[in-house]
Amino acid sequence: MDVDERTTADHVGLREKTITVTVNGDSYQRTVPVRRSLVDFLREDLGLTGSHVGCEQGVCGACTVLLDGEPIRACLMFAVQADGNELTTVEGLASGEELHPIQQAFWDHHGLQCGFCTPGFLLTTYDFLREKHGATEPEIREALSGNLCRCTGYQGIVRSVQAADETWER
Amino acid sequence: MKPAPFDYLAPADIEETLDVLREYGDEAKVLAGGQSLVPMLNFRLARPAVLVDLNQVAGLDGIQAEDGALRIGATTRQRSLERHLSSRPAGGPQDLLRQALGYIGHPQIRARGTVGGSLAHADPAAELPAAVSALGATLVIRNAEGTREVAPDEFFEGFFTTSLAAEELLTEIRVPPWPGSTRGAFLEVSRRRGDFAQVAVAAVVTVADGRITRAGLALAGAAPRTVQAYSVVDGLVGSEPDAGVIAELAGNFAAELDPPPDTHGPAEYRRHLARHLLQRAIAQAAGLAGPRAASAA
Ligand SMILES: Cc1cc2nc3c(=O)[nH]c(=O)nc-3n(C[C@H](O)[C@H](O)[C@H](O)COP(=O)(O)OP(=O)(O)OC[C@H]3O[C@@H](n4cnc5c(N)ncnc54)[C@H](O)[C@@H]3O)c2cc1C
Ligand code: FES
Ligand code: FES
Repeated sequence: MDVDERTTADHVGLREKTITVTVNGDSYQRTVPVRRSLVDFLREDLGLTGSHVGCEQGVCGACTVLLDGEPIRACLMFAVQADGNELTTVEGLASGEELHPIQQAFWDHHGLQCGFCTPGFLLTTYDFLREKHGATEPEIREALSGNLCRCTGYQGIVRSVQAADETWER
Repeated sequence: MKPAPFDYLAPADIEETLDVLREYGDEAKVLAGGQSLVPMLNFRLARPAVLVDLNQVAGLDGIQAEDGALRIGATTRQRSLERHLSSRPAGGPQDLLRQALGYIGHPQIRARGTVGGSLAHADPAAELPAAVSALGATLVIRNAEGTREVAPDEFFEGFFTTSLAAEELLTEIRVPPWPGSTRGAFLEVSRRRGDFAQVAVAAVVTVADGRITRAGLALAGAAPRTVQAYSVVDGLVGSEPDAGVIAELAGNFAAELDPPPDTHGPAEYRRHLARHLLQRAIAQAAGLAGPRAASAA
């Protein structure tokens, strides 16, 4: 690993840092290279591979996680920046074998095909429906505008969100 | 791709940040929301030796509203400002700021992206530079030696270029109060939801006793930097709001623009957008069209 590569500044600050984060209610402490993205940290250091890496430039939304309750791009944050924070990933949605009502709705209404984009859509939907009841289709489309899906054509996803709006007791 | 190695510093206060910037100058880059900088790091378009994280710096974020003025700390998240403005009565000039924020990317982007970061990045098609220009905001800049305050026109110099020196930090944005009878409007055309503007117009207009007494107009996407429509402001001030006058002023201004052509269309298309959006935004802010006209009727 090239954590030890030198730059002109020659270690003025940190190249590695020990951080503590809470993910889906569990606390983890790890030492990470400072340039490791939050999504790579979740996948590679914690083995939580539900968050996906698509574009690494904030465009696709596959890496969306909740940081202190707010959806963010985990590819545009470094893991060290999440030190002391709380994260929710897609692994935190289901309780045991029982799918979250949003996941069930995606299952029932063909909200996914390959599933690559799905974790991001689920967490974005979670944040959106938490505050919103009785969402209209334009509102749903607006809320999902920051997540890209190459398979479904979005129709099934919009229907899934409409269904979850009704089935999720919150 | 992954960023090239860097040293990471997370100073706790503004003074410490300024000391670090003085020490490392060009070798350092400050990290605010990371929504523009991190993609550049990931693709190694930027390779700073030292990354100075502003997210732990105390006193650099926050919103203070008093007597119609607004002070916005540089690291205030775009979504926080949006929420703050949405919780206040609509109708004033700051409406345009709220509308402009709504056009920036998506909620996930605004949850991290900062107000100061957008201004310092100075994308010619970004919404906030146009919004603060039209509102006549003051940008507060500090280095280890002191503080300077600049108008938007002295700040935005060109394509992704500002007058910020390497050891300087944008610390605050001050939006001045406008007279009570002032309205704002922000209109944009983009290819898709969340994209940068092809052209966007920010308009602030004060109408008193049936005449326009003050105005601020700025455009995004119409030139290599955000531009203010001074000739249109000069033509409007003192006159009665009149659709014909507005159309003529907007047409003359747009004809002089020389926007860069891109894959989305030729320069003529952007001139066309500039003309029509200017016309509509002024009409809305002056009460000739849109919400205000409807409520007056
Ligand atoms: C998918 C996507 C869509 C987007 N769409 C839009 C859009 O439609 N419109 C739009 O305007 N933007 C858009 N953005 C960019 C977004 O608004 C960024 O938030 C903004 O451009 C930069 O703000 P930031 O806080 O993230 O800054 P960063 O990315 O952290 O920094 C940007 C630059 O500014 C410098 N900087 C930051 N803060 C300061 C400071 N206080 N003093 C001095 N220098 C500073 C940094 O060193 C860096 O050079 C989009 C981004 C993404 C990923
Ligand atoms: S991988 Fe983060 S937005 Fe695409
Ligand atoms: S289901 Fe394949 S990308 Fe969305």
